[in-house]
Amino acid sequence: MSDAPEMAQSVRSRGLWRDGWRLLVFSGKRLIALFLTVLVGVYLTIFIANMGGQVDELRLVQIRGVVSEAVRADPAFQDMTAQERNELIERQISLEVERLNLDQPFILRSFDYLYRAMMLDLGRAEQMHSDAGSRQVYDIIVERLPATLLLFGTANLLVFLVSVWAALHLSRRYGSLLDRSVVALAPTSAAPAWFYGMFLILLFAFVLPALPSGGMVTAPPPENRLDYLASVLRHITLPLVAMFISSIFISIYSWRTFFLIHSSEDYVEMARAKGLPDHLIRRRYILRPTLSPIVTSFLLMLIGLWGGAIILEQIFNWPGLGTLIFQAIGHRDTPVIIGTVVIFAYLLAVTVFLLDILYGILDPRVRIEGGR
Amino acid sequence: MRRWLEGLKQLRRYPSAVLGMLLILFLVGLSVYTVVAIPYSQALDLWRGGDHWRMHPVNASPVWADRLRGGDLPETQIISSDEVTARVQEFPGGRRLQIPLGFDYQSSAFPSELNLFLRVHDTERPPFVRFIWQAPDGSEQVIGGRRVARDERVSISQDWGLERRLGHVPHVGLMMDPGSGNPSQPEVLTGIHTMLLDVVMFDEAGSVSADLVVYGRVHGIAGTDHQRRDLMVALMWGTPVALAFGLIAAVGTTVTTLVIAAMGVWFRGWVDATIQRLTEVNMILPMLPILVMVGTLYSTSIWLMLGVVVALGIFSAGIKMYRAMLLPIREAPYIEAAKAYGAGDARIILRYMVPRVLPVLIPTFVTLIPTFVFLEASLAVLGLGDPVLPTWGKVLNDAQEQSALYNGFYYWVVSPAALLMLTGLGFAMLGFALDRVFNPRLRSL
Repeated sequence: MSDAPEMAQSVRSRGLWRDGWRLLVFSGKRLIALFLTVLVGVYLTIFIANMGGQVDELRLVQIRGVVSEAVRADPAFQDMTAQERNELIERQISLEVERLNLDQPFILRSFDYLYRAMMLDLGRAEQMHSDAGSRQVYDIIVERLPATLLLFGTANLLVFLVSVWAALHLSRRYGSLLDRSVVALAPTSAAPAWFYGMFLILLFAFVLPALPSGGMVTAPPPENRLDYLASVLRHITLPLVAMFISSIFISIYSWRTFFLIHSSEDYVEMARAKGLPDHLIRRRYILRPTLSPIVTSFLLMLIGLWGGAIILEQIFNWPGLGTLIFQAIGHRDTPVIIGTVVIFAYLLAVTVFLLDILYGILDPRVRIEGGR
Repeated sequence: MRRWLEGLKQLRRYPSAVLGMLLILFLVGLSVYTVVAIPYSQALDLWRGGDHWRMHPVNASPVWADRLRGGDLPETQIISSDEVTARVQEFPGGRRLQIPLGFDYQSSAFPSELNLFLRVHDTERPPFVRFIWQAPDGSEQVIGGRRVARDERVSISQDWGLERRLGHVPHVGLMMDPGSGNPSQPEVLTGIHTMLLDVVMFDEAGSVSADLVVYGRVHGIAGTDHQRRDLMVALMWGTPVALAFGLIAAVGTTVTTLVIAAMGVWFRGWVDATIQRLTEVNMILPMLPILVMVGTLYSTSIWLMLGVVVALGIFSAGIKMYRAMLLPIREAPYIEAAKAYGAGDARIILRYMVPRVLPVLIPTFVTLIPTFVFLEASLAVLGLGDPVLPTWGKVLNDAQEQSALYNGFYYWVVSPAALLMLTGLGFAMLGFALDRVFNPRLRSL
């Protein structure tokens, strides 16, 4: 008799162990698969970047420049004739080319590039440098990453929460004026955020100068931490609003449709017939089974917005990855461009991985499949 | 076929679909008109800028924008010597011509610039020309004089000496009312101003023709940009470019995606696995940075960009969706029947599997078009627009580079943006309605 609860507990804990183990196996497999995917993706990137022959050519030009500069500046070679000096330069260039393996076929070198890109050894920028003065592409990118994460993290979270909340409410009184106006407004989301951003700048920075038109903090940045926060808040408002406007209506619309379809399921009708209160129906009968699609779409939205970041940041002069890539285009700074693509690929991979793990936790079907 | 027609009939019940279709019709009409009215090569030539536009004002806003606000900003006036009669005085060894280039100026705002274009014909010996400005109140102002070789442009507004003498920029100083009280806020002296050209020819045969251009502050429906180009050219040519880009990219990606998904489902095994893995790799590759990279390293030609967009779009997330839809169709009895009568793989995929999913594809396809239209604009805004073709995005890019908003040239941003928005709205509204017609599960909602 007294064994029964203990047994139940051990069964439950064994179940938990089993689930945990399966989840671990599952995520391990996904991690390996994703790693291979990133590997292929980055390799393709390197391939595209090199097919133009640009990278090698640029490196050759750079080597030539550096070597001739060094030879010309060295007082030890001052009394050489022009011809001797040119010969010396050529010799040094060929040494350098050999040292960097530039005389090897591209296929061999591409694996070297791949290895270094995967190790996040992104090389040195040609023209650009980080605000702290480093010429390492990695440092430049890492310096810009927080600004991008701040803006896009906040915006996505806001859009996601507001739209799911609004959709739940709208789906209960569909056909109302509010509902119909959201449906009517949904096509406005065809325009990307930067598009609305332009008009917001026009309205709130120039016609009614109330908010700054760009940047992240005032220059020079305020010393006081509170002032700094207030300044960032003022600067983030317009880009945030732009992103919000551009995706909120379509988001509410699709969630509303989704909830409407799910709230007409038989088990929801059944719960209604039982007389359960509305908030319980919403939480247990509508939200719980739809949780995994909700999470999926949230993360997919994150993926989608990584790309759109470039122009929005450029329009608002936001010091993030997007502006960085734009500046890199301006400077034709290939290592920075390739480095940014690699970082984007990593970020996407991390997002996809999180998606898989969450799926594993939320969707029982995946858990069972994982153990098979 | 009948199903499609019925679907179209149902569309009439959605006002947003009708509005969307009207917008699309308008855009298609505009593009057809543009392509006929301004041929491709001519558009490129015009947009390259230069001499075509020398008679156009710099950064003039559209006429309607000013008139709506009740303004009376001047339009450009061109006074040609062909339209006036010159007084001729013969003297031994030459002639003296007096050409009065008079114009009636009624606007309360000053013109934006004054230029004189002179051409000398049939003479080897350059004539001497004196420029005299006659104001409506009878006063005269000698601007200067010079020998004119062949074709010459006299930039009156850039005459520093004159500016110092008048105390104002020449086009203000020459046309202001000397009687108006405050010299720091000059007022226009309305009436007939005349630019008198006093030409001395050292030759019997030669002649001089001149165009006085009084540049306005407003121009046409669309205004002009910093290179004097009429924005109408870009706005009109942007339409067929945007529609073609959006349409080709949308067709290219959706149809190939669907066919590839169907192939994966039909052949299974390694084909399916390869397609799945490729899709995953492609999902990791960020579209816009790759496009940026291609644009930077290769060329920014719009057709190359289109190719890359389609290539990257083929193995998109859509494959997973279509795959999920096609999997049950594969096991359907009618496929079994097709196999039994000996249909080949290609026939089953193209004639039996793909058409079943097409209705779902149509709305997606229509809503995809604006995405690509905006993608093209995005690339142009990033400075990776087509190097020669005028597009909406390039107008926006120019505007941004010249800080149009800061300088108050709102029209420069608003008109291409409005066209982009119309395109986006037109296709999106139609697409949403199509979605409800072709996806019956949504129809009851």
